[in-house]
Amino acid sequence: MAESDLAQLTERFDYLTERASSDHLALNCPADQLIELCTALRDEFGYDMLVDVTAVDWDVHSPRFTGIYHFLSTTKHEYLRIASDCPDDINPTLPSLAGLFPAANWHERETYDLMGIQYEGHPDLRRILMWDSYPYHPLRKEFPLAGIETPLPADDVAEATGASVLPAPMMGGPFTSSGDGPMSQTEPRAKDESWNEQQEKPTK
Amino acid sequence: MATTKEISIGDVGSRAGEFETELQGDTMALNVGPSHPTTHGVLRLMMELDGDVVKKCEPVLGYLHRGDEKIAESMTYNQFVPYTDRLDYLAPLANNVAYAMAVEKLANLEVPERCQAIRVLCCELARISSHLLGVGVYGMDAGAWTVFMFTFTEREKLYTLFEELTGARFTTSYTRIGGVARDIPDGWLGRVLEFCKGVLPVLDQVDKLLTRNRIFMDRTVGIGAISKEDAIAYGMTGPNLRACGVDLDLRKDKPYLGYEKYDFDVPIGVNGDCYDRYLMRAEEIRQSVRIIRQCIDQLPEGSYYAEDAKKIFAPQKAKVLTSMEELIQNFMIVTEGPQVPAGEVYFEAENPKGALGFFVVSKGGGVPYRLKIRGPSFCNLSILDKLIPGHYLTDITVILGSLDFVMGECDR
Repeated sequence: MAESDLAQLTERFDYLTERASSDHLALNCPADQLIELCTALRDEFGYDMLVDVTAVDWDVHSPRFTGIYHFLSTTKHEYLRIASDCPDDINPTLPSLAGLFPAANWHERETYDLMGIQYEGHPDLRRILMWDSYPYHPLRKEFPLAGIETPLPADDVAEATGASVLPAPMMGGPFTSSGDGPMSQTEPRAKDESWNEQQEKPTK
Repeated sequence: MATTKEISIGDVGSRAGEFETELQGDTMALNVGPSHPTTHGVLRLMMELDGDVVKKCEPVLGYLHRGDEKIAESMTYNQFVPYTDRLDYLAPLANNVAYAMAVEKLANLEVPERCQAIRVLCCELARISSHLLGVGVYGMDAGAWTVFMFTFTEREKLYTLFEELTGARFTTSYTRIGGVARDIPDGWLGRVLEFCKGVLPVLDQVDKLLTRNRIFMDRTVGIGAISKEDAIAYGMTGPNLRACGVDLDLRKDKPYLGYEKYDFDVPIGVNGDCYDRYLMRAEEIRQSVRIIRQCIDQLPEGSYYAEDAKKIFAPQKAKVLTSMEELIQNFMIVTEGPQVPAGEVYFEAENPKGALGFFVVSKGGGVPYRLKIRGPSFCNLSILDKLIPGHYLTDITVILGSLDFVMGECDR
């Protein structure tokens, strides 16, 4: 089933290339053709359910961000993965599928929230998991696992408690040990480090 | 001290008439949650009410966001197993299995038949446990307290079985990449069968209490109906999707773990309303019992982990302590993680709440480069802003109960 789909799809849309995949059929599609392809997938090829939207940050490679879409056909019971590179590394954008698949609405909000990809044409592109005023996109590779100190969203609470969001002491593994001295003193302790090895902890 | 205030009502009708324009112009903003018994966790709904009718509903998520996907990028595949417990924390065993399956698919590893059967047992017991709670609290949401007491008692028995199998009642962390943590304890299968025998009469009780209960039916039939097309378009999965009449069960349609060997039926709803969603779960418990009985009946002998996968599954402790080669193997797996080739996979398993998907990108080695978790509750809830408007405020409780979501996997 998947093979015939592949032949039909690549014949009709000559910009599609096959993508390396360890399981389902996977295709690369340029960002500006995505809407056309997904409309055809839904209406003509029976891939009627958009099960997942996400993105991968390739760090130093360019193109840096790749949007990943997983489709499931409720009739053929086949999965299909569509990957689309964001043309711009600094301000990654992709066309929004929210008009075609209502399911894309929240998925794209999540990807925008965590990965910082702008979905053009999205009806309501706001953060969904982090709070609205949060300044970072935590799933990007440069974002440290331990987090970055950020003012609490509620000013009154922050003022009353004098607290910010404290970073977790987890960078580079959760424990640290000084290595010299008697064993009782070199017992591994939770690291009190909020930044990774390459980056200094910024002063407030 | 309580103060009382006397309000003169007078002729309500004519007074309302006087203020008619004023009254009609008013809508009320109502906030439910994030800490509210109706929302089963930390879902928050911002609603606009016109009298008793909801005009607009905006779900707010993220109160339980822990950044699981970020955490996964910095630990080995096995270390992430405990985090999967905390996705759908009402069915941790099923999450463990789904996650392990995704990584094994990337490693192109087939686990032995006995291991597969044990995992099927885990999944189905988790399904029963999750649905028992789902039906119970749903009944409670609709005002039927007794059902909850019945189902919760049964679920408690299940947790005792989980404890025997995994060592923990709640956060089981039972699977490893390439197998399960330990084999089935002696006599456990008999106790599972005993449980299966006991749970069916309880289901009949629940059936008597709810299925033809006038109050329950009045509150659920025709409420929160979702059309087939909407359910697919919003990416709903699991019992919620099947209640709408869509025949999609990954256990049947994309069989994994040898589900094709078992004889079971997939209940399909008609109207997609709250009542159908209850019927789905009640029937799925019965079907799970069927699967479990067949599974125990034909449980194959053999190993509970993939013995050939020396770079993936850590060797037995006795061997680690006596043999040099196994010691090195164990050391490598513990420090560097199970060695998995580079590639991309997406695997979905039919979990109690719907299709739990894992998208794993690996560049080789023991740590995922990117791990995306597709929580079924996240997708099931995304229909709320379309589904809820037009319903009465009191229906919200029933609709949320019928969707049976868990915020742990929604916010991840």
